[in-house]
This record gives sequence, structure tokens and C-alpha cells, in this order.
Amino acid sequence: MSLSKVKHIILVLSGKGGVGKSSVTTQLALSLSLAGHSVGVLDVDLTGPSMPRMFNIEEAKVTQAPGGWLPVTVHEANAEAGVGELRCMSLGFLLKGRGDAVVWRGPKKTAMVRQFLSDVLWGDLDYLLIDTPPGTSDEHISLAETLLKDARPGQVAGAVVVTTPQAVATADVRKELNFCSKTGIPIIGVIENMAGFVCPNCAECTNIFSKGGGEVMAQEFSVRFLGAVPIDPQFVMLVESGARPVYPAGTMVNGKDISGANTSTEQAAETSTRKDAALLADKYRGCSLEPLFNQITRDIVAAIG
Amino acid sequence: MAPSLEEPEPVADVIENPLKSKPQLVAPEPEHCPGPESEQAGKADNCAGGPDPDIPLISARLSGIKHKILVLSGKGGVGKSTFTSMLGHAFAMREENNVGIMDTDICGPSIPKMMGVEAETIHVSGTGWSPVWVTDNLGVMSIQFMLPNRDDAVIWRGPKKNGLIKQFLKDVEWGDLDFLLVDTPPGTSDEHLSVNSFLKESGIDGAVMVTTPQEVALLDVRKEIDFCRKAGIKVLGLVENMSGFVCPNCTHKSQIFRATTGGGAALAKEMGIPFLGEVPLDPRIGRSCDYGESFFEAFPDSPACTALKEVVRGLTEQIGVDAKLVLSDD
Repeated sequence: MSLSKVKHIILVLSGKGGVGKSSVTTQLALSLSLAGHSVGVLDVDLTGPSMPRMFNIEEAKVTQAPGGWLPVTVHEANAEAGVGELRCMSLGFLLKGRGDAVVWRGPKKTAMVRQFLSDVLWGDLDYLLIDTPPGTSDEHISLAETLLKDARPGQVAGAVVVTTPQAVATADVRKELNFCSKTGIPIIGVIENMAGFVCPNCAECTNIFSKGGGEVMAQEFSVRFLGAVPIDPQFVMLVESGARPVYPAGTMVNGKDISGANTSTEQAAETSTRKDAALLADKYRGCSLEPLFNQITRDIVAAIG
Repeated sequence: MAPSLEEPEPVADVIENPLKSKPQLVAPEPEHCPGPESEQAGKADNCAGGPDPDIPLISARLSGIKHKILVLSGKGGVGKSTFTSMLGHAFAMREENNVGIMDTDICGPSIPKMMGVEAETIHVSGTGWSPVWVTDNLGVMSIQFMLPNRDDAVIWRGPKKNGLIKQFLKDVEWGDLDFLLVDTPPGTSDEHLSVNSFLKESGIDGAVMVTTPQEVALLDVRKEIDFCRKAGIKVLGLVENMSGFVCPNCTHKSQIFRATTGGGAALAKEMGIPFLGEVPLDPRIGRSCDYGESFFEAFPDSPACTALKEVVRGLTEQIGVDAKLVLSDD
């Protein structure tokens, strides 16, 4: 099986759509890779794959090798900089046009998920992150079934559950937590995404989608709360256009001034507008969310053991 | 037609390994298909062709409904349910209009919470299931009403979901409605195909697409528009939600989900569909949804409400209804 050389498998789940599963997957992958781990990302959202766009590799195509498919490389390992390799597989790479829809009923999706789990040549990986579509249906059932059947004991480290703070979202995410307990997938923890937005003009923090809902839910279900992640338009811009995050002077994250940290060197200025997947991890280092995800990643790694 | 998954093999690769076996990339047979070799071929349940006998029943049941509107988006969390519920409230502002909302999101139903009727259950009578009435002229149907516990997960594969959607259409006593709004889950799969095939005969006015401004969302919405074209559903228009956020402290306008590729307006133009408008982010909308209140009634003067009224006006035009018959004052 293609997963035999993968050490840990982490699922990124949420009952609700658009809460940032793919954003969180992207950032977890970048953080793990920046910490020196080799990382693979498998996107099983078949009708709405976002990972190719997130990693800025929409043009890439999957190649076939004897025995399976080769995932697309986002960046290679760089032992000097302590960065691990990052590879990605998504249905998006198999479509002819980026606007094409796969209109599939359940059985076809099931078969595709199974194929993704059995036919992708991942090679040696420390972590395989699996990004999922919203809901608790065909893709999830197939994923759980196949992993329970084929994975080594302990190989499936568990699920990171993403939510936004408002009650409408947590109502759906509670269903996902129950899905995990019914299917025996351990829950690593809950991440509350889109928790507050800091106005770039006056630094007033507005809780657009309310606040604290994820933490309360984690407490209720007695699962670990991994952290609250605010909305950062600079991260959106990084993903959307490859712009290097720039913050107004005096922006503090965890007591550290991050403004101007990237704008000083000539090289940074030169690469700031280039859209290049290989530079993504480098640019992400300058994002205000990086320290947050660094901590979340360390917590996850510690929790998995 | 689903796009082909066959990827041409790199030439160099083939030359190097002429004998390598190509991985199987053939789409699998549908579940429970006996296959052409089997003795059951053509005799098993799902080999039975011909029209679905339930479709005339559905058409009869829905014959008293004047307009059926789907709310679609390839992307999750862009505000399909929020928009559906607000549209429901907007249409129901005039007492003469009877409005129904059907929630086809089986795994993540949000409509009952947004309408403040989460704790209700469905009443079954000899003639069918009665929807839950939020107000005298606004009824709701959702799987949430059928769950023993609020947090229960509905872990169903496609065919079971299709069965429930059919039952919602066949057995729910909507009575005479002016508008039936159908809220859908994200994606282009079972629920969407089923709703379309079951409603085809009784007629769908069309679909409203909801998106957010950033390209990651537009990418999925593009797929949904492609789906509508393939399925023959008329696209009534595109609504851009969460476009811009006005800081309540300094009134500075931020583009949280920046439209780097032109947003919904550019997509609508590219696809040749009407653009119905932009609705800004307002924390009060989310709060109204959490408490199950009508944002329309609570904050009639907010910019988001004004924008929504514009959208409703554009939408009524598309389905050939006089806007004055929907929006009472102004």
C-alpha cells in the first residue's frame, strides 16, 4: 500500500464548509515542513478541490510511474535551511480545465478516495495531512473505512477539527465530533478559525463571527483546544496573489514586532510579488499567523508522540 | 459528461519503461451493479430503467407551488443558508406571500438554527409531513427536525440521502406556496443531482449562486455554474457575500476576502450570468443567525439590508415577479 512509508496520518475535518479546512491544512503543512518534517497533503474534496490553488500549483499535472501516481512537489527538502519536502495530491490536478466540475454520485467518489489512498506513491513521509470536504458522507465514510482496514495500528494519529466561532458553525462541527467517536478516529484537537479581525486602520478587533464558540465546544466534548486563529487579510493575499505579508509599523505578535521584518532586504523586495510555489514557505515565515501555527504544530506533534 | 481522468503519459517515461503496467484509472461500476457478466444483469433493482414512478407524485404534491428557487454554491461557508434564510424572511415580509424553505443539506443542516426552530419536530398526519412554521406564512423542512439529539451525526452515503430528499419532496405538505427556496450543501454531487432530477418535471425557476470575493471560492463556484449548464438549470444570478467589512470603530472599509481576480462581478461577466449584487460582512448578520432572528426585521436600515433588498429586487425580476409584490414598503 502506498501509505506504508507514512509515519503519521492526520485528518483535517469539519462538519461545516468554508471554515478554513484547506487554509488550516495549508498552514499546518507549511509549519510542519518549516520544522524540518517531510509532509504530504492529500485533498479528498473531489467536487471542490482547493489545495492546488492554496499551494499555487494549479497548472501542475500528476505524472504516472510504475505502480501508481506521483504527487506534485510544492518544494523540495532543504537540509541546510531545515526545511522538509512538501508534496500534494488532489483531484484538481486530474481535471482538464480549472472550471470543470466533477458531478459524481457517491459510489464514484468512494472509488476515487480509495484510489487516492492506494495508488499514490508518497514515499517516506513524516506526516500525511488529509484535507476533507464538509459533511459526514461518502468521502468521510470511505476514508474512515479504508484507513481502519489498511492502516497500521497507531498510524492514523487522529483528526484536527476546524470550526469558526459562531453557533451555526459549531452546530455542524459537533456532528463531526460525533462522527469521529462513532468511527473510532481519535480527535487531536479543535482549532477555532476566523476568531476576530483586527482592523488594519485602527487596530480595533471585531469578532465578525462572534467569539469563543470553538473553545466552549472543545470543553464540552473534553477534547484539546489547539488555539484560536484570527482572520489575517495578509494571509489571504499571500495565497491569492503570492504577495509577501507586510504589516504596518508596530504590529506585534506575541510581543514581537513583525512589521518591516521582510521589507528590509533587497532580495525580499524582489521576490515579494513573484508567484512561486517554492517561495511560499519562505514568505509564510513573515505572516502573522506563522507563530500561532508554529505553536499549534508543536502541540500536535507532542500530542501524537 | 464527467471530465476524463486519463492523463496522457509522459513520453520519456514510456520509452524508459516500455513494460511498466499502467495503473487503473477507469471509473468504477456503480455500487450494487451486478455487471454485464452476471446472471442478474438487467434484472437487479437498479438495472430497472424507465421513468421514476415517484416523479408524477412529486409533481402532483408540488403543483401548488408557483416558484421554485435553488440556492447553490460549489463552496462551503459562503453564506448559502444565511442567504436562503434572509431571502425567506424577505419574501415573507408581505403577509400575502407564502414561503417554504427546504434544507437539503443532510449532513450539516443550518436552516433550523438560523430560523430559531431548532428544537421543533415534524408532525406526521395521514396526508403527509407538515413543515415547521416559523411564522404564519414561512415554513421550513430539514432533517434536523428528525434527529433524536441535536448533535447527532447523519453518517449516510449518497443513496440514503437521495431517498430522504425524495421523501421531502413527495411527502411534505407544503400546500399553496408562492415561493419554495431549496438550500443545498456545498459541492456537485448526490443532493444536487437528485433535487434537479426530482424537480425537473414540475419545473424549477432557476438557481441563485452565492460566492465570496476571493478566487479560492470563485474557483468552486465556477464548477457549480458548469454543473448548472450540464444539468440544464437556469442560473438566475450571482450574489457576492462577505464583500468588504466596515470597522464599527473607525468605519474603515477592509477587504477581508480580497477580490484579487475581480470577485463575483467579474465572474458573472465572464460566465454571462446576471450579477445580483454585493452584500457586505456585518457581524450582526452572524449574530442574528445564531439567535434565529430575522436580520431583515431587526436592522432594516443597515447597509447589508439595503444591499439584500437590491438583490431581492434583481431576483424577482429574473423570475418574472413584480418586485412590488415582494418588498412591501419603499
